[in-house]
Amino acid sequence: MTTTAGPLTATELIAIREDFPLLERTVRGGRPLVYLDSAATSQKPECVTDAEQDFYLRRNAAVHRGAHQLAEEATEAYEKARAAVAGLVGVDAGEIVWTKNATEAINHVAYAMSNATLGRGGEDAAALRLGPGDEIVVTEAEHHANLVPWQELCARTGATLRWLGVTDEGRIDTGTLGVINERTRLVAFAHASNVTGAIAPVAAIVAAAHAVGALVVLDACQSVPHLPVDLRALDVDFAAFSGHKMLGPTGIGVLYGRADLLAAMPPFLTGGSMVEVVTMESTSYAPPPQRFEAGTQMVAQTVGLNAAADYLAELGMSAVAAHEAVLTEHLVRGVAGIDGVRVLGPTDATDRLGVVAFDVAGVHPHDVGQVLDDAGIAIRVGHHCAQPVHRRLGVHASARASVGIYTTHAEIDVFLEHLAGVRSFFGLGGSRG
Amino acid sequence: MADAMEQLYQQVILDHAREKHGYGLEQGAAGESFQVNPTCGDEVRLRVHLADGTAAPVIERVSWEGLGCSISQASLSVLSDLVAGADVARADELTETFRALMSGRGQPLDAEREEMLGDAGAFVGVAKYPARIKCALLGWMALRDALAHALTAEPSIVAPDQEKS
Repeated sequence: MTTTAGPLTATELIAIREDFPLLERTVRGGRPLVYLDSAATSQKPECVTDAEQDFYLRRNAAVHRGAHQLAEEATEAYEKARAAVAGLVGVDAGEIVWTKNATEAINHVAYAMSNATLGRGGEDAAALRLGPGDEIVVTEAEHHANLVPWQELCARTGATLRWLGVTDEGRIDTGTLGVINERTRLVAFAHASNVTGAIAPVAAIVAAAHAVGALVVLDACQSVPHLPVDLRALDVDFAAFSGHKMLGPTGIGVLYGRADLLAAMPPFLTGGSMVEVVTMESTSYAPPPQRFEAGTQMVAQTVGLNAAADYLAELGMSAVAAHEAVLTEHLVRGVAGIDGVRVLGPTDATDRLGVVAFDVAGVHPHDVGQVLDDAGIAIRVGHHCAQPVHRRLGVHASARASVGIYTTHAEIDVFLEHLAGVRSFFGLGGSRG
Repeated sequence: MADAMEQLYQQVILDHAREKHGYGLEQGAAGESFQVNPTCGDEVRLRVHLADGTAAPVIERVSWEGLGCSISQASLSVLSDLVAGADVARADELTETFRALMSGRGQPLDAEREEMLGDAGAFVGVAKYPARIKCALLGWMALRDALAHALTAEPSIVAPDQEKS
């Protein structure tokens, strides 16, 4: 495959799809699969599963222990993966902590602050302590993974949770940036919403946070698989993303932390592998990132994620973004153009990803998903782990179509054609049938 | 649309989803339950109203309100029709029979049990879709829970935030 700056050519897209055997299968009695649920989880190219298999069949050993050759090779693979992922998002390998998913990555930060508040980590971690009067700021558009850990942290420390609002269009309301004030200690927000698809005004939020000395946590789950992301340039202090949404395996997530912050953080999970000296009375901890990688690690998954990161890097994230921008335009305009269907999020393709949630008037999302599934079209239905933003936009739940690097224009056509027939199937806006 | 969808969304289901028999919470309930389907956030609050002057408890009617898909709403509507006038043993029997239908992977029950279920027999197609079985059972879970509250000394009205989902 060649790296291009513009959208993919038809030939390139065919070549990409050939890397994903699952896309060739049929569902529901022989219908070709139209997979529009990449925001939930991406499909995997064969190179990812090959890499995992090769690791298990030829190099499997415990990492960071043992003096034998296999242990050396496994450790090398594990650390090479760290460097590959770090390279993809523009940071140093030592700033990447492996976690089992993005949720755990966010909890690492929340529990480090919680433990610092209890005195763990000593004076080095004093800047992470929280108490009554301190504030944590999130947004109304967060996935529960970037909301509930902060609610819990506030409950444990006496800090107060506040949030930036969301506009009727589903974007973060920059008019509410005044919520960030001198009491704010941390600001956590999603780079791109998993419901509205809106890309956050990162620079404005980071500037407001840093102006008052608050730390910034970026939930980059939706952005890293679809956009060029340079965490250093974005100037965030922490970031979390998941392997399985970026063509990699499940069971592997990533926490990025600025080197000096990781060095100051007390651990969340403790036990084997993350220590220096252990006596019956106390323990000293390994430097980051090992300090945050307790217990046997998901080595094969890191190797799979390495292959995924290499695959994306070879395509070029600019090319990925350019391809998906064209699809996004087609998808969002198409959905917005159907009678009785409302897009929950921006209706143009500017500063948004190809994650399009929508409400079909008079038809529950579950029922929308069911009739589309019958046509072989896989979309997400429900609240997408983001109940508050649904409430904000005046709905209980929604249906959501989302694109990936392997999505075609023709697949979106099939989806739009069937979506247009959903209301009439349920006896609305026309005759059934 | 294809036949599979016509089988799943039988006209009787679409009619019940629209008509929602029993919809609208009423006062004077002997027991109440609030149930949530955590996968989609759908919810129902259902109340059981017992008849006066009967030796054994008899369900006079149920009343309910909720948000949900056509399958869950239709199931609640059908349930309201089926259990009105039923004693507790009959309500349990109906619940078990409906559960049996839902675990049948789309196979119909025997004639006697089909007869017992009436309109609820139309949900046979739901059992082919594992993700939707919970939708159809939501109301029945609420009924069982509300009856348990009604028949014990437990407080009959429970706030949603105290309920487990």
